[in-house]
Amino acid sequence: MTPEMFIQHALNSLTLGSLYALIAIGYTMVYGILRLINFAHSEIFMLGAYFVFWGVSLFSLPWPLAVAASIVFTAGLGIMVDRIAYRPLRDAPRISALISSIGVSFFLQNVAIVFFQAIPRGVYRPEWMEQPWIVGAVRILPITLFVPVLSVLFMLGLLYIVYRTKTGLGMRAISKDIETSYLMGVNVNRVIAITFGIGSGLAAASGIMWALRYPQIQPMMGTIPGFKAFIAAVFGGIGSIQGAVVGGVVLGFIEIMTVAFFPDLAGYRDAFAFILLIGVLLFKPTGLFGARVEDKV
Amino acid sequence: MLKITDLHVHYGGIHALKGVSLEVPQGKIVTLIGANGAGKSSTLRAIAGLVKNKKGSITYNGRELLGLNPVEVVKAGIVMAPEGRRIFPHLTVMENLHLGAYSRDDKDGIAADLAWVFELFPRMKERQDQKGGTLSGGEQQMLALGRAIMGKPQVVMLDEPSLGLAPLVVRDVFEIIKTINQERGMTVLLVEQNAFAALKVAHQAYVLETGTVVLEGTGEQLIADQRVCQAYLGG
Repeated sequence: MTPEMFIQHALNSLTLGSLYALIAIGYTMVYGILRLINFAHSEIFMLGAYFVFWGVSLFSLPWPLAVAASIVFTAGLGIMVDRIAYRPLRDAPRISALISSIGVSFFLQNVAIVFFQAIPRGVYRPEWMEQPWIVGAVRILPITLFVPVLSVLFMLGLLYIVYRTKTGLGMRAISKDIETSYLMGVNVNRVIAITFGIGSGLAAASGIMWALRYPQIQPMMGTIPGFKAFIAAVFGGIGSIQGAVVGGVVLGFIEIMTVAFFPDLAGYRDAFAFILLIGVLLFKPTGLFGARVEDKV
Repeated sequence: MLKITDLHVHYGGIHALKGVSLEVPQGKIVTLIGANGAGKSSTLRAIAGLVKNKKGSITYNGRELLGLNPVEVVKAGIVMAPEGRRIFPHLTVMENLHLGAYSRDDKDGIAADLAWVFELFPRMKERQDQKGGTLSGGEQQMLALGRAIMGKPQVVMLDEPSLGLAPLVVRDVFEIIKTINQERGMTVLLVEQNAFAALKVAHQAYVLETGTVVLEGTGEQLIADQRVCQAYLGG
């Protein structure tokens, strides 16, 4: 393999990895606060992609506006899902919310099939995105650089919210002890809603960039990236934002690099993530950055 | 004045409070004593809005609090420091204190109260950047008290603040309770196993047994009472 090819693969890995990371953050934040694996998250990702193309093709919105509208809209949708499907089950056994999230996942997928039809649709990309930059023998599509840069900006924004604002302090408190947070006057339901909003907005951003990178959308497009991002979150240590980011990027590298170095294994590409999951669960169930979470009584 | 009238609490099939009535006058220290399971903590948790299944009346200065959620109770000026301290071990001392002030928006007031908390607990100032979980038991209790004070409560409810602490630290805790009451006029509703120490600081006291008030009086009266003496003061 030439160094140029390696750089090319590394950039692709970074792009794919940051897309996983953005989705993984949503899983890990919701899990950190509610101990809930939100299976509907992959459908939120899918709808974020659909909304933006709806905005562009149906309402002829300019791209930046369509992207912003989709992120806001998807964030609102995430908050609604929490309000309707999870909040009524807050005091119920944890498995109830988990099953509810599987239901929401199927529901959203089928709503998308009804509204957008099950056939894959090609995504029209703005022209400047089709022009690759050529540096030596390396050919870079603008989106390949765009995705990691934007992802880093989103993550910095997220870290600011979590570690520097009052709402973030509330999130960190709730993740440890909901009842005492209540006693301190933390509006628990509002903070949880904001968490869902942020996680869903980031998933939408990921879905949009995913559709631009692999320009095709269809109602099932969230399933596999969703599973992989979830694995990235587990690998990084579920509940840890830094872990989700690192896990996502590592998974991106594993996937692309394995195929690059062992082209014969290309057919197993989707299996690597699951092998990683089994390995993590066997040898380090808490993940890279995960702390041991004692079960709440 | 915080006034509780005929308060009933059910947990599943268990009738934990069977018509508790008590009064906490403004600016006083009132203590609830009694054996384990008598309903002391249940009373505090019901006032704080943590218990859903309850009947009766809880009024503060005439306003009914019974249906409020915990956040609304905090905003009404009643803050509870729960049993077992329950500080946030993964957050710094400073962050724990700021959480106590979560419901407030008055920046200057928060800064002033923070200064006062540091004056009451110089240790907290030294350790402000340390994680709560690294503090000793006594320091954690001080942090829990400081955190409750940060909510600027008119009434502060303390559930077993001396539980599991060394005797010297217990003395400090009761000193602090007297100080916040005398210096800031905070009303204190205190639940204690350590009946003797609690009765000594309390203006008014209630004895609970299996979910009902069986005895009430001033702290001095109850210390002198034969029945209290035998049941709770080990003599």
